[in-house]
Amino acid sequence: MELQKFTYDNKITRLFMNATILWGIVGMLVGLTIALELVFPLMSGGISWLSFGRLRPLHTNAVIFAFVGNGLFTGIYYSAPRLLKTPMFSELLGKIHFWGWQLIIVAAALTLPFGFTVGKEYAELEWPIDIAIALIWVVFGINLIMTTVKRRTKHIYVAIWFYIATFVTVAVLHIVNSINIPVSLLKSYPIYAGVQDALVQWWYGHNAVAFFLTTPYLGMMYYFIPKAANRPVYSYKLSIIHFWALIFLYIWAGPHHLLYTALPDWAQALGVVFSVMLIAPSWGGMINGLLTLRGAWDKVRESPVLKMFVVAVTAYGMSTFEGPLLSLKSVNAISHFTDWTIAHVHIGALGWNGMMTFGMLYWLFPRIYKTQLFSTKLANIHFWLATTGMLFFAIPLYFAGFAQSLMWKEFTADGYLKYPNFIETVTQVIPMYGIRILGGTLYITGVIIMIFNLIKTANAGTFVATEDDEAPALESHASVIDKGHRTLEGKPLLFTLLALAAILIGGIIEFVPMFMVKSNIPTISSVKPYTPLELEGRDIYIREGCYNCHSQMIRPFRSEVERYGDYTKAGETVYDHPFQFGSKRTGPDLAREGVKTGPLYKPNSWHYNHFFSPQKLVAESIMPPFPWLIANELDYSKISKKISVMQTLGVPYPEGYANQAKDELLKQANEIAQGLRNEGIDVTDTKEVIALIAYIQRLGTDIHRTDGSSAFTNK
Amino acid sequence: MSAILFLIVIGIIVAAGFLLIFIWAVKSGQYDDSYSPSVRMLFDNEESIPDKEEPLKKKS
Repeated sequence: MELQKFTYDNKITRLFMNATILWGIVGMLVGLTIALELVFPLMSGGISWLSFGRLRPLHTNAVIFAFVGNGLFTGIYYSAPRLLKTPMFSELLGKIHFWGWQLIIVAAALTLPFGFTVGKEYAELEWPIDIAIALIWVVFGINLIMTTVKRRTKHIYVAIWFYIATFVTVAVLHIVNSINIPVSLLKSYPIYAGVQDALVQWWYGHNAVAFFLTTPYLGMMYYFIPKAANRPVYSYKLSIIHFWALIFLYIWAGPHHLLYTALPDWAQALGVVFSVMLIAPSWGGMINGLLTLRGAWDKVRESPVLKMFVVAVTAYGMSTFEGPLLSLKSVNAISHFTDWTIAHVHIGALGWNGMMTFGMLYWLFPRIYKTQLFSTKLANIHFWLATTGMLFFAIPLYFAGFAQSLMWKEFTADGYLKYPNFIETVTQVIPMYGIRILGGTLYITGVIIMIFNLIKTANAGTFVATEDDEAPALESHASVIDKGHRTLEGKPLLFTLLALAAILIGGIIEFVPMFMVKSNIPTISSVKPYTPLELEGRDIYIREGCYNCHSQMIRPFRSEVERYGDYTKAGETVYDHPFQFGSKRTGPDLAREGVKTGPLYKPNSWHYNHFFSPQKLVAESIMPPFPWLIANELDYSKISKKISVMQTLGVPYPEGYANQAKDELLKQANEIAQGLRNEGIDVTDTKEVIALIAYIQRLGTDIHRTDGSSAFTNK
Repeated sequence: MSAILFLIVIGIIVAAGFLLIFIWAVKSGQYDDSYSPSVRMLFDNEESIPDKEEPLKKKS
């Protein structure tokens, strides 16, 4: 059979590789910054875009989509052509993909710190960026699928299966979770509300972990570990079985993020069952990865690449064991809302994704630059810094999580909360936050050493822009080597893909609103929509990222009801576009902050002073000050539009309410400001803080309303 | 909980899609040979791999 000659393009691999390193260090430094802010809350210096709530989404998005994102593209653009014995389908699509993705990252960095956010974790980016992500993702998908179609090997190696699953599922997840109705260019409301929004969000959130952080990296594991060890994978059969099992099970596990919340029990149970089952395919992957090194452990001793892979796969095994554990309701009752979750995700991010990426980079650089690694010793130092850094990061946070949870739940013999003051549970874990900073610093130091090492390696070698290879044509194509025909052959598939995308998007856009709006009918009659001022206040709450530290979900435990008030009901959240349950309590839960008879109630003046300087009122508080809320004028120019968008979403404001919203807003603002002025606070009506106070004081109050009055109509 | 019904529908569509691909994969003989692919991938583009598996020390 005639051999066909072709070349692999290393330029695109190099682009993604460099982007991985660049965004990796950026994302990690932002992480270090916010870790420092938890210990030194005044560090942000009253600068809005440096505050914890604004930077934490930047950290998570940068690490997930910029660092790991570029990392997985590096792995795919390098390994897929070699596994399929063909160049990538299109160099142009590759370039569009690369630059498009980097532009998206830059857009994220330019919006998130400035408060342009949807307010859903890991899906914070506003709608124009969401659309760009969908488009670029499809470009990537076409490039990947068409490369598969053009392959010269009959058999599709297991890594490619993982890559395909990544593309398909992330596309569906992203589109379904990001259906928002725009108010303006950089403001939109999700179509789902409350518990429904929470369910969709965590279905997305969990599968982002599954199909963005896990499946592509498993594919890379199946390429780079055998290559680096020069051993075939332990069991090819196992890799196939665990692949199919993994993708079938993962998609159902999302509700385990909402255990003991207002989500219906049966949905929670579904999430638990699938999460527990996930141990099997996850460990199938870990076992297969580790046993690939059977008989080659002597190589591990010498190769920093393999060392990193071993720790990565071990971390994968540990966190996929921990995950199902955390999905058990009894364990989740302790772990949820604590720093245990943060420790868990960092075993995955620092251990699995980080170490896999570093190992891959140490393996790729010498090959792409046709030279040897500058220093194995430095790579070993990096390995140890990263490993110990990861442990110094996670272990203190495990302790912190346990300590928090036990203190939140402890009662005295007389039946009172032992630590009724939330701040006691915060100061207790500050030392742990300190050790976490040490861990993070060690880890970042390792990365800096790696960058030095890799630059030196690149300088010592010469870049191999393209590599030649040859292979016989795939049998089915053997008779028609003609290029035009092959393109034609590929086209039906392309059309199918595009059609599928079109059907999905079209169907979703038509179908979802109808479906969702009906369910907005309140099940609790006293629960009313927010007033215009409260709505503006809520948007400020979202803008400042309050949900990054404060939950709004009281679980039905005696300790929580005692501390925060009555547990949260699903019907209370029906107008919350988006939901703001939060996922961690660095500060106390705010679901019933506004209830006058509740254990948490504070007067308006307290909130005003607290936003200006939390430490003045709670000396040991780690909340940053928000002086700009006091200084900034509230921009209520879009309130009519916001109200009408809410009406479109099914929130029952009276007909024509959008037109009188501005007057209502000013009226309520005047009432609150007047109250503050009576207490001697010098404040004008239309400061941002007034709106935020209005929202905070509304929280959780509706089910306590007894007069049956409506919050938003003229009384 | 209409959202969960919606998600189940989407989930089933995705799962069904994967099932079809799976059936195609089995029928087209993708998994007939579950050994040699793991070995074959090791012999790709050998020429690009530097002589030593692991570097010894920096070049002078």
